[in-house]
Amino acid sequence: MSAARLARLCALLALLALPGAAHAVEPDEILSDPALEARARSISEGLRCLVCQNESVDESHAPLAHDIRVLVRKRLEAGDTNAQVRDYLVARYGQFILLRPPLELQTLLLWGTPLVVLLAGGAAAALAMRRGPGKSADAALSDSERRKLEEILQPRGPTAA
Amino acid sequence: MIVETGHFALVLALALACVNAVVPLIGHVARDGRLLRTAPPVAVMGFVFTAGAFAALTYAHVTSDFSLVNVIENSASTKPLVYKITGVWGNHEGSMLLWVLILAVFAAAVALASRGMPADLKALVLCVQSWIAAAFLLFILLTSDPFARVLAPPIEGQDLNPLLQDPGLAIHPPLLYLGYVGFSMTFSFAAAALIAGRVDAAWARFVRPWTLIAWIFLTLGIAMGSYWAYYTLGWGGFWFWDPVENASLMPWLAGTALLHSALVMEKREALKVWTIFLAILAFSLSLIGTFLVRSGVLTSVHAFATDPLRGKAILAILVFFIGGSLALYGWRAGTLRQGGLFAPVSREGALVLNNLLLTAACATVLVGTLYPLALEATTGQKISVGAPFFNATFVPLCVPLFLAMPVGQMLAWKRGDLLGACQRLFVAMLAGMAALLAFAAAKGAPVMSYCMAGLAVYALVGAFADLTRRIFAGGLGQAVSRAGVLPRSAYGTAIAHAGLGVTLLGLAASGWGQERILAMTPGQTTTIGPFEAQLQTVTQHAGPNYTASVAPTELRRDGRLIAVLEPATRFYPIRKMSRAEAGIATLGFGQFYESIATPSGTGKVDVKLFWKPLVTLIWIGALIMGFGGALSLSDRRLRFGIAARVRRVRPAAVPAE
Repeated sequence: MSAARLARLCALLALLALPGAAHAVEPDEILSDPALEARARSISEGLRCLVCQNESVDESHAPLAHDIRVLVRKRLEAGDTNAQVRDYLVARYGQFILLRPPLELQTLLLWGTPLVVLLAGGAAAALAMRRGPGKSADAALSDSERRKLEEILQPRGPTAA
Repeated sequence: MIVETGHFALVLALALACVNAVVPLIGHVARDGRLLRTAPPVAVMGFVFTAGAFAALTYAHVTSDFSLVNVIENSASTKPLVYKITGVWGNHEGSMLLWVLILAVFAAAVALASRGMPADLKALVLCVQSWIAAAFLLFILLTSDPFARVLAPPIEGQDLNPLLQDPGLAIHPPLLYLGYVGFSMTFSFAAAALIAGRVDAAWARFVRPWTLIAWIFLTLGIAMGSYWAYYTLGWGGFWFWDPVENASLMPWLAGTALLHSALVMEKREALKVWTIFLAILAFSLSLIGTFLVRSGVLTSVHAFATDPLRGKAILAILVFFIGGSLALYGWRAGTLRQGGLFAPVSREGALVLNNLLLTAACATVLVGTLYPLALEATTGQKISVGAPFFNATFVPLCVPLFLAMPVGQMLAWKRGDLLGACQRLFVAMLAGMAALLAFAAAKGAPVMSYCMAGLAVYALVGAFADLTRRIFAGGLGQAVSRAGVLPRSAYGTAIAHAGLGVTLLGLAASGWGQERILAMTPGQTTTIGPFEAQLQTVTQHAGPNYTASVAPTELRRDGRLIAVLEPATRFYPIRKMSRAEAGIATLGFGQFYESIATPSGTGKVDVKLFWKPLVTLIWIGALIMGFGGALSLSDRRLRFGIAARVRRVRPAAVPAE
């Protein structure tokens, strides 16, 4: 493999975010154009294997996964963009095949969770800290308590030293 | 006979758990010390009986007693002994028995080891723990009985799933369960404190060792599970955001937040609400995890059983304990008196931020895991929430956490100086920047990778900033004596935080790994990174209950032979399943990883080769975190809880008044 090709493969592999990449791609599926192949890999990683227990099409050894990988590569060779390939698959298999949930009204709560929790928690924390001093500050003594205090402090009778 | 004894022991354990669930409560309400003091011995006996039941099941597996359904479904006489033993927990019934065994272990540990704990707190803790134990023992005996028999035993069993016949099975579940179930103890502590109406710094001091123990084991359990998946699944992935993996990550996140919150409570008697809430949350998440794995509600490679009856039973247990504890909290919230005040910029403030970020991360994982279920139940629409979602939401939450970690350590209690703290972290920031530039220049990796690597180095160096400041505060001469005097928990903290940085570095480094996938013939050489790999002739090999095809590969660098890898595929005839065995060579902190597909017989072998630099740091970091936690645990102040026994000074003769 030439250095340039290797470098490009690495650079495009780098599209994979932190968790380790997982691959069940077979040698005979690999396209000859490395740019197209890299695109195929990144699309496959975002597709769910429909007959497996929670694996991506890129990871799974199932026959259906193999078929979908081949299908993706065929569409890319036919000139589709990444988005068009995904839409093609969604039209046939439904939203379920995309591992990245769509950003729409129903999934607003899903995507918004981190922000909502941070804001809600932050507001609660800020409120608690602002309210803090008031709670712990002791209230003024009531009349009966003041009288009792005076009584205790008052020198008593002849036995007082 | 032994099996029947084990079965009966389990029933006795249930009876004892019921006793311990009721008697201490009566004792607390009636203020009767004798009733309270019955709790520890009953807890210890409960442990003895549960252990007896577990030993009986293990005996049945080891002797291949095929009259037990559990042994038929999960064992074979040809299975190696170590997998006969570890296979006891490789299935639903056996692992539930391990669950209650560890519940009993923790109860017995608290009963025996916690000197200095007030009797009523100890009794109430054991009482709540017995509630949990009773619920799960009832669940086991009614729906998941491991001692169920068949009338006509078969000659041979169905063997254990080949994926589980691996040393990882010996280590991962026990460690994980010690962690999961360990958080039941913190839950019991929280509930006991709420029942007694006393949530204070002393309570926080007693609860911290148990939180630490559970956290250490959960960290190691998750790391071991991840490493096991990495080398066994054949493609070098180690985290899949699988629902069951998320189910173990969530208690870990909540547990980490709890650990830090309890620390603040102990030192400053603040953050009581957070601490109690997190203690309840951590165990609730453990219970939710148990539910997800065993009810068949979510698809996962990990799922144990898909039995709706069991799912409903666990759901009932879940609702009871989570609902009950939140109701208890609501009822007793009034007794949580306001503790120490602190400015927003202070160590407490930093820990509040830490709690916030960890809770947000935990909530993200929870919502992401359950959302497909909820959406399908309400609207009928099926969506997937996979790795891309978590990478987009979880990772951005971790970045501020790593940035704030060293800063928080440098801030003072009550009121901190942010600018001063940052100034003292100058060295760490410099190290981080230097690492970032070095990695960017040398590896040509993606931006994300070397930014994360820089962040990791900053966190790693910054973890020691506070420690070095305290050691060298009196100048170089006093450094050694100061270092000896510092409490172990200071070292433990620094090391544990550094471990997190190490893990992040390993994760970042996966961005500049390399791979090759191709069909090779024996004798062919291919280059990957700085290495050349040459495939040798494929050989056949027979094991005790499998046959294997091995494809030895010689690894060379600059012509010099470095290692010989032996990737294989194994076929297990009883279950008619095959699994891959990766060939791994560890070179420094990186690993060269090779896996093969079953040879098709055409002479060519489908080979996948990976060069993963610094990948072992991911798990080494977890080991470092565990070590740091253990160091903290061994701190004398934690173990004895209260001040050491005061030596009584004999007074001189007192003159008569």
